[in-house]
Amino acid sequence: MAPAIELRHVTKRFLTPSGTAYTALRDLDLAVQDGEFCAVVGPTGCGKSTTLALISGLEPPSEGEVFVGGAPVRSVGRDVGYVFQVDAVFPWKSVLDNVATGPRFRGVERRAAEDLARDWIKRVGLSGFERYYPHQLSGGMRKRAALAQTLINEPRILLMDEPFSALDVQTRTLMENELLQLWSTTRASVVFVTHDLEEAIALADRVVVITAGPGTVKGVYRVDLPRPRNVAEIRFQPEFSRIYQEIWNDLRDEVLVSYERSKRSVS
Amino acid sequence: MLVLGTWEIGTTVDAAHKDGLFIDPFFYGRPSGIASQLWTWIQNGTAQGPLWLQIATTLEEAFLGFLIGVILGVVFGVALGRVRLLSDVFAPYIKAFNAMPRVVLGSIFIITIGYGIWSKVALAVVLVFFVVFFNAFQGVREVDRVLIANARILGASERQLSTHVILPSALSWILASLHTSFGFALVGAVVGEYLGAIHGIGLIIATAQATFNPNGVFAAMFILALVALTAEVALTSLEGRLIKWRPNGINTDGLI
Ligand SMILES: Nc1ncnc2c1ncn2[C@@H]1O[C@H](COP(=O)(O)OP(=O)(O)O)[C@@H](O)[C@H]1O
Ligand SMILES: [Mg+2]
Repeated sequence: MAPAIELRHVTKRFLTPSGTAYTALRDLDLAVQDGEFCAVVGPTGCGKSTTLALISGLEPPSEGEVFVGGAPVRSVGRDVGYVFQVDAVFPWKSVLDNVATGPRFRGVERRAAEDLARDWIKRVGLSGFERYYPHQLSGGMRKRAALAQTLINEPRILLMDEPFSALDVQTRTLMENELLQLWSTTRASVVFVTHDLEEAIALADRVVVITAGPGTVKGVYRVDLPRPRNVAEIRFQPEFSRIYQEIWNDLRDEVLVSYERSKRSVS
Repeated sequence: MLVLGTWEIGTTVDAAHKDGLFIDPFFYGRPSGIASQLWTWIQNGTAQGPLWLQIATTLEEAFLGFLIGVILGVVFGVALGRVRLLSDVFAPYIKAFNAMPRVVLGSIFIITIGYGIWSKVALAVVLVFFVVFFNAFQGVREVDRVLIANARILGASERQLSTHVILPSALSWILASLHTSFGFALVGAVVGEYLGAIHGIGLIIATAQATFNPNGVFAAMFILALVALTAEVALTSLEGRLIKWRPNGINTDGLI
């Protein structure tokens, strides 16, 4: 069977404001199996968000090919859900309307869409806030709304871009557990981008390390920790530290490269 | 108040001494004279007919001009903001048209359309259109890319993208322009009337000026200011109702 997601020799260049081409990704190969939870880690600016944009069909690759469900990606697919790095809920829609947006766009009649939305709002723990506008919610609650907005479409492919990086540690652990719980019922294929290695290991079946820009795959690691997992406790298992050490050896060099570069560009 | 007091006293003292030391009421009128002029108009009507008819005429012209100008401005602004080709084709014409001193158009409209209300409406439309157009255009251009990407992923068609993301997002820009543009609509109506009309506040000003009646000019301006202020209050409340999703400063009932 074809992998759920596959990137073959993908290169992505952007035109910079000065007119030169900037290579964000170079010859990247990545395959995610059906129902797999894959985490992607790498230093800031290595092309993690770009990778997700390519898989979603929002951006075309400059070279190489992207496949979802065995078919080449030509435009934004119906089976894809995407939780963005920054807030992407619509500020002018209430929580209920925000969550109901996907089904409404896809032709579901208003009443049915709202009933469905209420159900998902409950699942992400936002009951009672249906009539609130995003600016009236905390950052964590906005992320829950974004999660419900994405999951309500029941995507087979779930792309998440550092979804919890702006949250405080407690809220974050809570939401990581909830995510795993929601995912276990859908078994979508997940690409979860993060710069936090602990988070990656705690959540994923597999961790992919990307090199400092231009990004390409530096290493792929299996995480054979049993499920269901409790994110708060799993960090204390000896197997967890062993995997952490192993991946960190790879990741450290890339982070250092990226750090040195940013220091140079500032001075 | 202080200004009014000084003005009144200045003109009074001046009238007593007749030596032009202070403010000459012949040119500048005086508050008491303006008040009595207003009272006369309210009781006996103006030379052009009852006062309410003049106000109603100006208001009608301003409102029609405002409405048509806003609709045209939003439609063109959103269309040109959305469609690259349209903006490439039309932008030079709109810029050239915008560079023209528009008040001059008032004379042209009166010659071509006539002395009735429509020549004033046309002038108001032109004035309002550009303000709203540029704001709508900018509003569409400034839409958050991530929100557009999110809507695409969620399954939006081009049309749904416009109605669910681009219009609401541009709405705050458009609404901000409405404050300025109602003022412009009034200016268009009044200037049009000033240039030639049968009724209206602008005509009162023109008549008062022709008969060297500064109190009349000021009284008409006072009425205009009142009208503008009322419209401002109405627009602010409309804005508050249309974008209730926006945080209003410190007074948010948000949760931390
Ligand atoms: N639309 C774009 N235009 C130009 N450069 C871009 C664009 N998107 C991303 N980049 C550049 O590509 C590199 C990778 O970006 P990104 O994928 O956002 O990194 P990450 O998510 O890993 O932090 C960065 O250097 C960024 O400046
Ligand atoms: Mg990123």
